[in-house]
Amino acid sequence: MTRLALLLGALVAALFLGSLTIGPAGVGAGESLRALVLGDAGPLTLVMREIRLPRALLAAIVGASLGLAGAAMQGYLRNPLAEPGLIGVSGAAALGAVIALQTGLAASWALGLPAAALAGALAAVLLVVALAGPRGTSLTLILAGIAISALAAALTSLVLNLSPNPFAASEIVFWMMGSLADRSMSDVWVALPFTALGWALLMTMGRGLDALTLGEDAAGALGIRLGRLQAALVLGTASAVGAATAVAGTIGFVGLVVPHLLRPLVGARPSRLLWASALGGAAMVLAADIAVRLVLPERDLKLGVLTALVGAPLFLHLIYRTRREMG
Amino acid sequence: MSLLSLSDLSVRLRGRDVLAGVTLDIGPGEVVGLIGPNGAGKTTLMRAALGLLPARGHSSLAALPPRARARAAAWMPQAREIAWPVSVETLVMLGRIPHMAGGQRPSEGDIAAVERALAAMGLGSFRHRTATRLSGGEQARALIARALAQDTPLIVADEPIAGLDPAHQISTMKSFARIAEDGRAALVSIHDLGLAARHCTRLVLLDGGQVAADGPPGEVLTPARLAEVFHVRGFFETTAAGPVFQALDVIG
Amino acid sequence: MSGCARRSDRRLRRAAAALGLWLGLSVAAAGPGGADEAPPARVVSINLCTDQLAMMLAAPGQLHSVTNLATDPRVSAMAEEAAAFPSNRGAAEDIYLMRPDLVLAGRYTAQPTVAMLRRLGIPVVVFDPALSLDDVRTRMVEMGAALGQEEAAARAVAIFDARRAALRESVSRRPSAALYYANGYTAGDRSLAGEILAAAGFENVAEAAGLSAGGRMPLEVLALAAPEAVVTARPYPGASRAEDILDHPVVRALREGRAAGAFADRDWICGTPHVLAAIESLAELRRTLPPEGPE
Repeated sequence: MTRLALLLGALVAALFLGSLTIGPAGVGAGESLRALVLGDAGPLTLVMREIRLPRALLAAIVGASLGLAGAAMQGYLRNPLAEPGLIGVSGAAALGAVIALQTGLAASWALGLPAAALAGALAAVLLVVALAGPRGTSLTLILAGIAISALAAALTSLVLNLSPNPFAASEIVFWMMGSLADRSMSDVWVALPFTALGWALLMTMGRGLDALTLGEDAAGALGIRLGRLQAALVLGTASAVGAATAVAGTIGFVGLVVPHLLRPLVGARPSRLLWASALGGAAMVLAADIAVRLVLPERDLKLGVLTALVGAPLFLHLIYRTRREMG
Repeated sequence: MSLLSLSDLSVRLRGRDVLAGVTLDIGPGEVVGLIGPNGAGKTTLMRAALGLLPARGHSSLAALPPRARARAAAWMPQAREIAWPVSVETLVMLGRIPHMAGGQRPSEGDIAAVERALAAMGLGSFRHRTATRLSGGEQARALIARALAQDTPLIVADEPIAGLDPAHQISTMKSFARIAEDGRAALVSIHDLGLAARHCTRLVLLDGGQVAADGPPGEVLTPARLAEVFHVRGFFETTAAGPVFQALDVIG
Repeated sequence: MSGCARRSDRRLRRAAAALGLWLGLSVAAAGPGGADEAPPARVVSINLCTDQLAMMLAAPGQLHSVTNLATDPRVSAMAEEAAAFPSNRGAAEDIYLMRPDLVLAGRYTAQPTVAMLRRLGIPVVVFDPALSLDDVRTRMVEMGAALGQEEAAARAVAIFDARRAALRESVSRRPSAALYYANGYTAGDRSLAGEILAAAGFENVAEAAGLSAGGRMPLEVLALAAPEAVVTARPYPGASRAEDILDHPVVRALREGRAAGAFADRDWICGTPHVLAAIESLAELRRTLPPEGPE
């Protein structure tokens, strides 16, 4: 599957370059890239290094985290409907982040924001695995996700409304729909350690997920330590999705769409799907972030709107298919 | 050299002794048929022996660390799960997981083992088909091939031939017999007493969580045992073509 | 008499103010009688800007209550004076129980509240926000009319005109400046903040970006415009994503680097004579900038 890896890698690289060169400043691609690398163009260099570069990097980081976490959850739960946004992990991470911001934790400790988001995400993943673990049906999974998402969204709205800041109350839209606008390099440095940790943990799951194709019993007999696998899933997802949500808000459906599209291309092998989904997720969020700047640029369209436009119909289609197979 | 040694193995579930004090030894060259009525504890015995269930007593396999255990015995559960639409070849290759580290490409030995397993189960022409789209019987054969590909001294299988057509039932049991001839062993649970009688070198009869009989088929399938444990009357004869058994009627 | 014609002819109004007449003005003074009656004795203001205008022009004992925002020094230029009055939160129930004979509200005060008060028989005068320095004069005259303090208003207007004239100076060069608020909002020349900027001698980059009336200016556009001065609002307590942009390295670089930074504070918010203080401090800032422009 190195061909697929090269193709996806090239796609991500191309979209990354596109993201760097598209923006309201309306400067040509060659000129902007020169300003980025050579650093001699004054205000343009400032724009490239402090506005466009962090935005493109974050799109790739967030996308990779969401795609990878989606593939890992689907592999572990053996359910193609599992996705961090749908099952409430992103919503709970957003709640953690909002609490950190409003209590001042994020201001007093540099890592306070991603740590709190990680804690929120951890609680949600543990809850989902407990409620709808590997033996749970799709129905249980979705119901658990609805409950957790609803609770997290309500509490987030409450915390924002209690804030002394008059802008906070209307910020629920950012947290629920996500945006990468006007991020800075400090957001990148804040998110990167946690997402990298998450990636490292999730990538160790490949062998175990392959074995789980045969079911828990057979996987255990193949020498897979299921307890460790679950711990890698829980901590890895919480870390990667938590940090990504802390800086970008909830961006849904990436972890659903990308594994679904790439599964046929990797022969349905869960281990291959992990890295493929990481690359595919990065590509998807980069593309969505570019689209947001091309379509209605003056309206500050939220990223989650575009991913939902693509992902929600697919979700409905998957539900329909699952229902047909079960019924 | 014993491939599986159980000593006083007991399992208590929900306040009931599902398995009580099972002691047996399996050595190379044996095809052991685990028989008994529904609920006798056959699946429990096998899972406890493999260490997949908490149990009292001693099991030589359960005492091993997971990686070593996976290279000592292959387990084929009754629930034939195939979670993702992988190809048959990929599915059978999963049996090589205990021999490969994470992220490794399959070695020559791995590929050869998969080829042997596919050939043994007659799946050569199926190798690129999607496993989830095969018929129930074909899926069962693919899963057996996975267990064979694992290349372990012992294979433990729970109802491996249920749902297969007669030709494949017989050829599967014969492949177990073949690996036994190679110096390995198989422990399989079977409902079909006729096939058990013909293809197993030894039968272990479980009743109510305890071993009711353990020996060659002729010694185990006596009319008294059939009546007491299975509540059936049967026909058993050792013919020129080997032992033949057929249950005839229900008693009482 | 209860008609409201806010947009009268400016020139005519100037003439009227200079003569001490109020031609062309009609102010809702519904209630017992009209302009010939005694001035309202118990006035309640439920808008921050009307609070301040009323405090400036009302006779002692005439103004009964102002909003709680008026005592907040972050947003009110007359926070100390406001402490002397009972505060209200603009809820119809509280207002009614104060038994006012006149309520002063803003155009964006909650419509249900205004409607409720009118239904309860309380006269409400609605003031539009001031969108220009000329509007500041107009509001003072309107407030004077509403309170029956036309003379006090005329005096205040005269002082305003004099101070405004004094602030006019000839500048050799108009440095570029940007107004940048939460969510990346900016205000152009056709706004009060924009006129303050212009009166202080700056050129607003929002005009070049086509945002004359205001709107969202992308951070990139701000960075490339490289204004010599950036005026932002001080962040509120608590945290918000909307205000994160004011902390963005680009904005900070602009404020702390070649450019100078200023804060749009309580003098800017309402159309009161305090805007002159804002113009003055901005003009001070302009004088510190290099006269030849950025290298």
